[in-house]
Amino acid sequence: MPEPALLDTVRQIETPEGITLSLRAAGPVARALAWSIDLLIQCMALLALLIALATLSQGGFGVWLIALFLTEWLYPALFEVYAGGATPGKKALGLMVVHANGTPVGWSAALIRNLLPAADFLPVLYGFGMVAMFSNRDFQRLGDLAAGTLVIYRDPPILALTLPPGPALPPPSLSLAEQQLIIDFVERSTILNPARQAELAELLTGFTRLTGMAGVERLQAYARWLAGDHS
Amino acid sequence: MKQRQFERRHSAEWQAFAARLERLERRSPLKNTPQPEPLPVLELPAAYRRLCQQLAIARSRCYSNALNARLSQLALRAYQQLYRGPQGRWQAMLQFLSTDFPQRVRANAGLFWLCAALFYLPLLGMGLAVYQAPELIYSLLAPERVTDLEAMYAPGQAAVDRAASSDLAMFGYYIRNNIGLGFRTFAGGILLGVGSAFMLLLNGLFIGAVSGYLTAKGLTETFYTFVAGHGAFELTGIVLAGVAGMKLGWAVVAPGRWSRSAALRQAASDGVRLILGMTALLTLAAFIEAFWSSNHAIPAEIKYTVGGIGWLLIILYLSRAGRDVA
Repeated sequence: MPEPALLDTVRQIETPEGITLSLRAAGPVARALAWSIDLLIQCMALLALLIALATLSQGGFGVWLIALFLTEWLYPALFEVYAGGATPGKKALGLMVVHANGTPVGWSAALIRNLLPAADFLPVLYGFGMVAMFSNRDFQRLGDLAAGTLVIYRDPPILALTLPPGPALPPPSLSLAEQQLIIDFVERSTILNPARQAELAELLTGFTRLTGMAGVERLQAYARWLAGDHS
Repeated sequence: MKQRQFERRHSAEWQAFAARLERLERRSPLKNTPQPEPLPVLELPAAYRRLCQQLAIARSRCYSNALNARLSQLALRAYQQLYRGPQGRWQAMLQFLSTDFPQRVRANAGLFWLCAALFYLPLLGMGLAVYQAPELIYSLLAPERVTDLEAMYAPGQAAVDRAASSDLAMFGYYIRNNIGLGFRTFAGGILLGVGSAFMLLLNGLFIGAVSGYLTAKGLTETFYTFVAGHGAFELTGIVLAGVAGMKLGWAVVAPGRWSRSAALRQAASDGVRLILGMTALLTLAAFIEAFWSSNHAIPAEIKYTVGGIGWLLIILYLSRAGRDVA
């Protein structure tokens, strides 16, 4: 279905099998929140280590400095390669890092995108990174541009939706788009409260000639017939 | 065919496929555990292709958005499992250091000499200037820092040996400071190369100023025996960080036949490999600096000899290693 280009953050990728898959790029706010959570975790871990090592002499401080170095530069890359493309902060916000073609990030890309924050951070507080994010449609900061990576939303698994049981009725003549609209409404109505269902169904009063829950039930019957639940 | 018939026909297959994907996603790539799969792994691509076909059918028959979304998500997850890159291995790292890295340095010889000039010319110039007029050092360093510097390399100080634990502390300090500096030099390169050039220049000026000042003050013995051991690896590491950074900048300024973003991605994937080699060099330098250079019990002649051997090794390594390997 070729649709007119809308102003949205969905990027389509075509696989070798000839189907298209969609990725939803994550914007600066979600990413900044994830970054803050990660910063908090890093600080806590380093503080805990500092307290643990304080009992040792100066040598312990050397170990801590090495841990500080590794946390500063490698913490995100390690998680992105070994923990499904997400640092704990990104996981908490349902984000993940992938290559621009949708495949999981490898070491090369993860290292590039996590060394370059040194440039993204300039001149103050991710200034250049922000400018870069707002000047391309996938919200890529400089590190993402160089590594060819995207930060996308990882959706929770979608479960099979079932229509509520009941009678099926053949609808009057409808176009394909109208049929889809009715099925989509009925499938989605399981997560809406009855008042909202009725409110939406009343938009079609001209078509069903019914109001309130009676309209909803009529649309459900049509949907069951269209989806083939009557057989 | 109505949507419900289609769903009934395939739903068992989709459920089994989702369960398989979940097992694959949960498998940790750190452990090389054998497949816990009841089905042989070769069936995954076939199952994935069947799913792609079913998704295409569902889309062309305009089945409901909920069904299409569910199948798309299954396909995306399978795609990510199937098309993931190979995981790194330690043998690959060894192979990289013995052949790939020096080859890459030689492939970027032009940038290497440019960065070497950006680093060593200010170093020499500033060194000579401060040697002639020691007060010039105050243009770069605060007076307290200069006093510290003099105290650090005062001959009397040499007799006081550092404790082993303090060596370890210094090792941590050098690792964080020097390698972090190398990373920043690389990252700064994406700003049209300006960041890398600036870092090279600044470091050259600093090192030159300190060397010139201490030489002028006659603290040569303590200073040069200290820097001789690790100098070869550290200075070369800094120049290589510059090379990696300038590659990024050059790709943005003059992408050649590629688009800017494609040229940048290519330069970054080349540059990060140079940075990997740089990290190895700077780690070695930090180790020598913390545990060998600081040891005042070793006679000066031995320290200078080891320093010279270091330079010889690094030159041979970067110019010869991996030559016969295609």
